[in-house]
Amino acid sequence: MTKVSMRVNGRPVSAEVEGRTLLVQFLREGLGLTGTHVGCDTAQCGACVVHVDGRATKACNVFAMDCDGAEVATIEGMAAPDGTLSPIQQAFQDHHGLQCGFCTPGMVMSAAALLDENPRPTEAEVREYLEGNICRCTGYHNIVKAILAASGQPVAVAAE
Amino acid sequence: MPKDHAPKDRGIGASSRRREDVRFLTGTGRYTDDINLHGQAHVAFVRSDVAHGRINAVDTEAAAAMPGVLRVFTAADFASAGGIPCGWQVTDRHGAVMKEPKHPILADGKVRHVGDPIAAVVAETYEQARDAAEAVVVDIEELPAVIDMKAAIEDDSPLVHDDLGTNLCYDWGFVEDNKAKVDAAFKAAHHVTTLELVNNRLIPNAMEPRVAVGDYAFGTGDHTLYTTSQNPHVIRLLMGAFVLGIPEHKLRVVAPDVGGGFGSKIFHYAEEAFVTFAAKALRRPVKWTCQRSESFMSDAHGRDHVTKIELALDAEGHFQAIRTETYANMGAYLSTFAPSVPTWLHGTLMAGNYKTPNIYVNVKAVFTNTVPVDAYRGAGRPEATYQLERVIDMAAREMGMDPIELRRKNFVTEFPYETPVAVVYDTGDYHATMDKLIEIADFAGFEARRAESAKKGLLRGLGINCYIEACGIAPSQLVGQLGARAGLYESATVRVNATGGVVVMTGSHSHGQGHETSFAQVISEMIGIQEDQVEIVHGDTANTPMGMGTYGSRSIAVGGSAMVKAATKVIDKARKIAAHLLEASDADIELKDGKFSVAGTDKSVEWGAVTLAAYVPHNYPLDQIEPGLEETAFYDPSNFTYPAGAYACEVEVDPDTGKVTVCRFAATDDFGNIINPMIVDGQVHGGIAQGIGQALLENASYDADGQLLSGSYMDYAMPRADDVPFYTVDHSCQTPCTHNPLGVKGCGEAGAIGTPPAVVNAVVDALQRAGHTHVTHIDMPLSPARVWAAMQTN
Ligand code: FES
Ligand code: FES
Repeated sequence: MTKVSMRVNGRPVSAEVEGRTLLVQFLREGLGLTGTHVGCDTAQCGACVVHVDGRATKACNVFAMDCDGAEVATIEGMAAPDGTLSPIQQAFQDHHGLQCGFCTPGMVMSAAALLDENPRPTEAEVREYLEGNICRCTGYHNIVKAILAASGQPVAVAAE
Repeated sequence: MPKDHAPKDRGIGASSRRREDVRFLTGTGRYTDDINLHGQAHVAFVRSDVAHGRINAVDTEAAAAMPGVLRVFTAADFASAGGIPCGWQVTDRHGAVMKEPKHPILADGKVRHVGDPIAAVVAETYEQARDAAEAVVVDIEELPAVIDMKAAIEDDSPLVHDDLGTNLCYDWGFVEDNKAKVDAAFKAAHHVTTLELVNNRLIPNAMEPRVAVGDYAFGTGDHTLYTTSQNPHVIRLLMGAFVLGIPEHKLRVVAPDVGGGFGSKIFHYAEEAFVTFAAKALRRPVKWTCQRSESFMSDAHGRDHVTKIELALDAEGHFQAIRTETYANMGAYLSTFAPSVPTWLHGTLMAGNYKTPNIYVNVKAVFTNTVPVDAYRGAGRPEATYQLERVIDMAAREMGMDPIELRRKNFVTEFPYETPVAVVYDTGDYHATMDKLIEIADFAGFEARRAESAKKGLLRGLGINCYIEACGIAPSQLVGQLGARAGLYESATVRVNATGGVVVMTGSHSHGQGHETSFAQVISEMIGIQEDQVEIVHGDTANTPMGMGTYGSRSIAVGGSAMVKAATKVIDKARKIAAHLLEASDADIELKDGKFSVAGTDKSVEWGAVTLAAYVPHNYPLDQIEPGLEETAFYDPSNFTYPAGAYACEVEVDPDTGKVTVCRFAATDDFGNIINPMIVDGQVHGGIAQGIGQALLENASYDADGQLLSGSYMDYAMPRADDVPFYTVDHSCQTPCTHNPLGVKGCGEAGAIGTPPAVVNAVVDALQRAGHTHVTHIDMPLSPARVWAAMQTN
């Protein structure tokens, strides 16, 4: 067992973890932050994407102990404390960018990282960036629209 | 129910934002894997790594001694349990019932596919269970496996189930009495087009892997199963009555937020029965979380048909007859609804949108040493549509006719229309959806786009097709005659609270479809209250009436109808209360915008005042009606619904590599009336992507020994965001369903049904236009290698 300390959504946490404990297990089982999902065991689906020190990271593919001292952000920290959705979350709702919601936390975290790097991506850039996030429900149409809309580019609203 | 075309801010026809989104977007959804019970133990399954073998011994001793291990289970522990049941019995063309193998919870004597569970290790933690599972020693004598369906029914084939004496589950003919007439029509035909094709095996891959948590309360004897299911009541019935012998009142099944299903979460799986059984045996909650690599070899797969279809035409191109012969893979066991998919969900759709007087469908269902195959989005209907729409395209080319004109010439135009394959289309307008398609897909601009592609050295093609599906499953008496071992009604309880809010408890289940929003829109419309005054409860057998769940695009058509029926009863009663309060006769009372009024007067009473009176009955006709305001209704449909439409796909093919890119995709669907257009669009989008996946990318591939080659996302190509374009979808052509109260048809599967033939037709068109005139068909998935190879043979 190794002791790790990190900040998760701005809150300091520390715990004893096994060497093999993945960050996603630590978040889900250790901290009860079940918004981060596990959709595969080969680091392909992106359901588990969180930010580690500001970078989009597949939490199923990194050990918790390797995140010692890191700043971790998860889906639970995206909305304002009063519950107001972030612009990306709101765009996902306005554009119906989610159905079953299982891929959604990873999609939102990936989208946030994309818009940090590239505030006005083209459609092709959005699609390429989402290569590592699989959604089985939406056919991606409304996810791409939501991300373009969240970047401030004009997109017709799905919900009206 | 009146249809309102004006843009609305609530009720039927409004694109209301989904209320479920808030919890999913903030990470506060509650999926089954998010449930952790006090004291829970974890199970890991030991699964077969060979496709076929005799189990000589299972040595659990070392595993049982590992740290944290509570118990190791094998088949012997389930001697008193029933097997996993099949919910549909097909009768073959000679009148005999299908061959139905035993399906034990843990493999007993033999393993029959890679992934077949042999033993189960329950331990304090999941890691301990997995570690110990590695220590279970299974002595298996490997037997020759049979993977190919045609080989499986040769006399010398190894048998998947020795006691059945054959790998043929059934040999089904439909309609058997028409066979001679159909054969005669072929003899007399001017032209016959023949096509042999494969409908590739798919793995559903809902993004949430399956999870099951079993719990047992020793003090009361109550069992609870939390599971990733599309139909918790069906699981309760099947598992309780047939597998574990638990009466329904002692078994609660909860399917909380479920991360997609696409059919794969309809079925009752062994792992659900296992955790329920083990929780009682160990007096501990037992949890199973499926790893994705485990889902690939334990979730029921979809499709997997090999078909020969023949289409007979007269000299003008009128369809005279259709004859098909299909081999349908059942896999190693019969999954819950597997026998119905290649038969009643497939043969009955073989008429498509067309008048063809003579149709004969033959289906041989075959056992192989592969994962069981069952319904996957569309289930039988995509297989029917694909072969029909491919052979029509091919016939048009052979006869030198325009593929759209050939289709139009044969469209059914008068309704109701009784097909020669036992269904009656109540309504539709196939010319209208085709006209709309031509407009939204901009066929006029195709040649200019083709020229642009040519400048880049790419071959552009345009493919179209039509589809029809039978949804709103299904009239219980009819399916009973066809072999269903269940009724297919739906139910709802509408409970009105004293202050006027409404709670609807529905037997339908939402796992992405947004019922919590769209069902509330219907109630809002009916009563004239805000949508947020309405709550939709689903997914828990403890607080919803017996329902058959969500699949077959049935929720709004069947579940919605049950809800309308119950709400109508509630409103009728409320009207009586209002009449009493207003001192008028109920016949004169109108309900509008949440207010009851006496026709032709300004006397009215608010909805909330009436509901309050129902629960505080001081001034109330107690001699005539009971207090309270709550009604339940069951709705059994009188027919299927028949969504139909026309799809168009434009592709670019790279002649150097064979890579296909979908550039444009357009879909026009007639879903009848629509509750939430935004949600309907989204359903179609998702179906299109799955259809493109089937056509170009996805393939569950086994080698000759029965090893699953596509066992992870590295080998099984899921469509990603950059594999698909934006889609143009339209559902303005609306012929309301004639036999349900909302006039709705259902929209969940259309995209997956209508898309594959459009894509394949487009690729063949691109190659034909480029002079590869010998390329008349390529089997799905149209991988670069297959497309490139097809081009080389010229
Ligand atoms: S869980 Fe699939 S990439 Fe992490
Ligand atoms: S919304 Fe279901 S997987 Fe994306």
